[in-house]
Amino acid sequence: MMNKINNKKTSLYLNILLIVIFAAVITLLDTNVIGDAYVRRILNLSAIYAIVSVSMNLVNGFTGLFSLGQAGFMAIGAYSVAIFTVPLAERAKIFYITPQNPVLAQIELPFVAALLLGGFLAALVAIMIGVPVLRLKSDYLAIATLGFSEIIRIVFTNIKSITNGALGIKNIPTMPTMWVFFGIAIISIGFMRLLITSSYGRAFKAIREDEVAAEAMGINLFKHKVMSFSIGAFFAGIGGGLLATLFATVDPNQFYFPVTYNFLLIIVLGGMGSISGTIIASFVVTAGLEILRFFDEPLTLFGISIPLFRPGLRMVIFSILLMLLVLFFRNGLLGQKELSWKLIIDLLSGKLPRKKTGEGGGVQ
Amino acid sequence: MKRVLSLLLSLLMVLTLFTACSPAASNGEPEAEEEPGPAEDADVIKIGVFEPLTGMNGGGGLQELGGIEYANKVYPEVLGKKIQLVVVDNKSDKGEATTAVTRLIEKDKVVAIIGSYGSAVSIAAGDIIKNAQIPAMGASCTNPMVTQGNEFYFRACFLDPFQGKVMATYAIEQGAKTAAVIMQNGDDYSVGLANFFIDAFKNLTGDENSIVDVSEFQLNESDFNAILTNIKAKNPDVIFAPSAATTAPLIIKQARDLGIDALIMGGDTWENPAIIDVAGEDAEGIVLSTFFDENDPATEEAQKFVEGYKKELAGKEPIIPAVAALGYDAYILLRDAIERAGSTDGVAIRDALRETKDFEGVTGIINFTEEGDADKNLAVIKTVKDGQFVFVDSVEVK
Amino acid sequence: MTGQLFLQQLANGISLGSLYALLAIGYTMVYGILRLINFAHGDIFMMAAYFMIFSIITFKLPWFVAIIIVITATVALGVLVEKTAYKPLRNAPRMSIMISAIGASFLLENLATYLFTGVPRGFPDIKVLTTTVKIGGLSLTIATLITPFVTLILLYAVLFITNKTKIGMAMRAVSKDFETAKLMGININKVISSTFIIGSSLAAIGAILWGSRYPSIMPLTGVMPGLKCFIAAVLGGIGNTAGAVLGGFILGMAEIMLITFLPAFTGYRDAMAFVILIVVLLVKPTGLLGEKVTDKV
Repeated sequence: MMNKINNKKTSLYLNILLIVIFAAVITLLDTNVIGDAYVRRILNLSAIYAIVSVSMNLVNGFTGLFSLGQAGFMAIGAYSVAIFTVPLAERAKIFYITPQNPVLAQIELPFVAALLLGGFLAALVAIMIGVPVLRLKSDYLAIATLGFSEIIRIVFTNIKSITNGALGIKNIPTMPTMWVFFGIAIISIGFMRLLITSSYGRAFKAIREDEVAAEAMGINLFKHKVMSFSIGAFFAGIGGGLLATLFATVDPNQFYFPVTYNFLLIIVLGGMGSISGTIIASFVVTAGLEILRFFDEPLTLFGISIPLFRPGLRMVIFSILLMLLVLFFRNGLLGQKELSWKLIIDLLSGKLPRKKTGEGGGVQ
Repeated sequence: MKRVLSLLLSLLMVLTLFTACSPAASNGEPEAEEEPGPAEDADVIKIGVFEPLTGMNGGGGLQELGGIEYANKVYPEVLGKKIQLVVVDNKSDKGEATTAVTRLIEKDKVVAIIGSYGSAVSIAAGDIIKNAQIPAMGASCTNPMVTQGNEFYFRACFLDPFQGKVMATYAIEQGAKTAAVIMQNGDDYSVGLANFFIDAFKNLTGDENSIVDVSEFQLNESDFNAILTNIKAKNPDVIFAPSAATTAPLIIKQARDLGIDALIMGGDTWENPAIIDVAGEDAEGIVLSTFFDENDPATEEAQKFVEGYKKELAGKEPIIPAVAALGYDAYILLRDAIERAGSTDGVAIRDALRETKDFEGVTGIINFTEEGDADKNLAVIKTVKDGQFVFVDSVEVK
Repeated sequence: MTGQLFLQQLANGISLGSLYALLAIGYTMVYGILRLINFAHGDIFMMAAYFMIFSIITFKLPWFVAIIIVITATVALGVLVEKTAYKPLRNAPRMSIMISAIGASFLLENLATYLFTGVPRGFPDIKVLTTTVKIGGLSLTIATLITPFVTLILLYAVLFITNKTKIGMAMRAVSKDFETAKLMGININKVISSTFIIGSSLAAIGAILWGSRYPSIMPLTGVMPGLKCFIAAVLGGIGNTAGAVLGGFILGMAEIMLITFLPAFTGYRDAMAFVILIVVLLVKPTGLLGEKVTDKV
């Protein structure tokens, strides 16, 4: 056995080193010393995906509620940023078929205010949805949340004087620095992390493991479910708002329900009930989808073009990976564990940790 | 605390992985300039093509790409260097389009971009193109918003307000007094064109009530019976239904099955063999406007193009799709501008494009307006007869 | 509103509803036995439509031969999905099985995009089905006309199988109590396979009728019908075959009537199915004809 104190100290040093390197890399990327806008864009996207995936994991992995509503909550956040941050002068040009609602046409908010507003609206809608729907169990809950996400999208498509309908909103001001995305990601994930380690978090996990037992222990099932669900929605809204400023354009079809499947893949890959696993998976999946792009392009080897490579192959491989993952590696990268120096050192020194918990966050 | 920090580790791991992948880091030397200067390209000049190869507009995107690739075959060089096309699929999706264009600009370092079929994706990518100062040439994106306020976006086709007016004019010439309009909520092209048609039709008939019904449908809708039954009850003279080639045949067929015999009209997207293929006999007599007719080549370049591309297609398509002709034009317009600019600098190419004068393209003589739109006042009207698209008339509108 | 307009819309509604009903039977049977939303069902339906396109247009088979081949191929696909995506997870947590179902659906859609491209394919014109007939002032295709009858006949056939045959009895036993049925020596895998065979063949017939009415097939053709038919199954009472058919009819009719009476709300057509779903789940989660199920602790 290693010396415990020594171990702690090493961890601390490694952590400080890590923060310094992390900050340095982001700053270097930000000031254009390394990488280019393409790399920055994918990293920013990964950071956004990390927020949304962790928020989904909070609901699905930690509380055991199978919710597929993430896309809808993201839409609320994205539209809040889109509607309130576009400069007033450009509004008329964007709403060129149905004029914007005269009240909204007068309001312009700073980015942070619009982002927070989006998060709170998403949480508010989640409470309204959650109160009736969270009584349902597993797959009924999944299909009901998916339904609500679709209803949100369809409503946004139809309230044209507010959202410009399916035409979407463009010219959303973009952010000059990666720190906006990474800063908000760190704060958001940090908050969710604190929540999960708090007594509320323990209640969530108790609900996940056994609802009846949790209730017998005096945990207010309903209150905690609504809480987890609405906090998850809040951060999905924040993620959506960031997505709007990254893409500079939003339209309802960006939030078509299969989008939620991306986050589902991420949390399955990372491990249902593991924050660090989810973060790693967000980056791996987002980057992976870009790297896999070469599958979509015609490939010529030794002068023979291989007909297998054509548009669409990338997504086939992506979905096969998802299937293999669910079938054979149900616990994902980390299962319910979190990444720590001890885990890494154990792994490096060949001491593979024994599986302690059986299944990764499931509902029975 | 330890775990919070471990999160950072995971972020870092991927970050390093990323920077290792990025071209700049792997060369071991930091890049001096962000802008793709002429110094960077060795012996090829890269032109990006962003088109929908899958998704809702996959069919049209592939047709347009065919024309662009053929043009590349005919004119493979500029400034003494080979032109390499870098093709990316935007999946008919706005989010995907912005990433695809960023990739073209930042990773592939293209000097100019051609695309895209479908106005929505072009509009979404517009800001990135503008900020990167890379000139872009749209081939068949007809929505006004594409080039509006974007001095780097040009296009080789006419615009929806023009097209809407053409169709309204033609409908009235055919004696129509009332019209019903069907549009796809979710598609800038469809909504834009439908609204321009409505305005023009009301204007030309001088009757506010001449549009008897306006219906919307959603993405991936396939049942139009209910909408069409409502329309049937109002008995309009024409039905104008600008829509993607995916949905158009369903509308046409269901309308005929319901016994609607009004004239059914659409926009340029309808000149697609898929419509005849799917709607079969019911497609007979539909009317559409388009950019180009292979039987009536407007210029010498067009003559050459029709002969050459017919051989290239080798019967794969019964007629040359108009979007292929526009793709071809987009390519040769850009190539001409690069040649005249004498450099691959984005601003220089843009300035050269602006100065384009009486350029002989396949779809006619091309000049650009202030906004960067091809200044065209002629549209071709076609119908379907015996399973073929045939020329009916060319309409000139000021 | 003229009477004739209303009658035409009524016919539209019944016809659409009976198509939903055919698919809903597949959902309800699988759910009854496995307690699983077979997310891939809508995509199996989409693949069946492609099979039909290939057998008639590419291989030039006569339509009656093609129909048999399509049903066989679809059944094979349905069973394949069950064996690869669901069977290995029989004892896994519920959430894993659902993710696997979503994955299977996603894979089929992407595979179709890759193999057949996103360009819509024309569905073969089977004259027997697509000829238009005029009855009174109504104009209907044969497919529209026969779909409700086909659905009712097939419903009767399914009810006969589940109520009168041995395998049907096994199915009912498994859906009542999975574990006990297993202990009683029922071959669970055989029962599950039969369920998928019945569900998939109904999806195949549904796809042929659907294609004749809406003859443009894309890789995403099955997504919305799939979700709506699951909703129809929930509306009728999940696990109840007759309920699924009733739910399908109600949903189809409700959609058409929304457009007929509230044309301004056409845009909310797809939302309505979900609103119905949520109302049912909140007011009567067991559906119209479902039995009361108590939670087992």
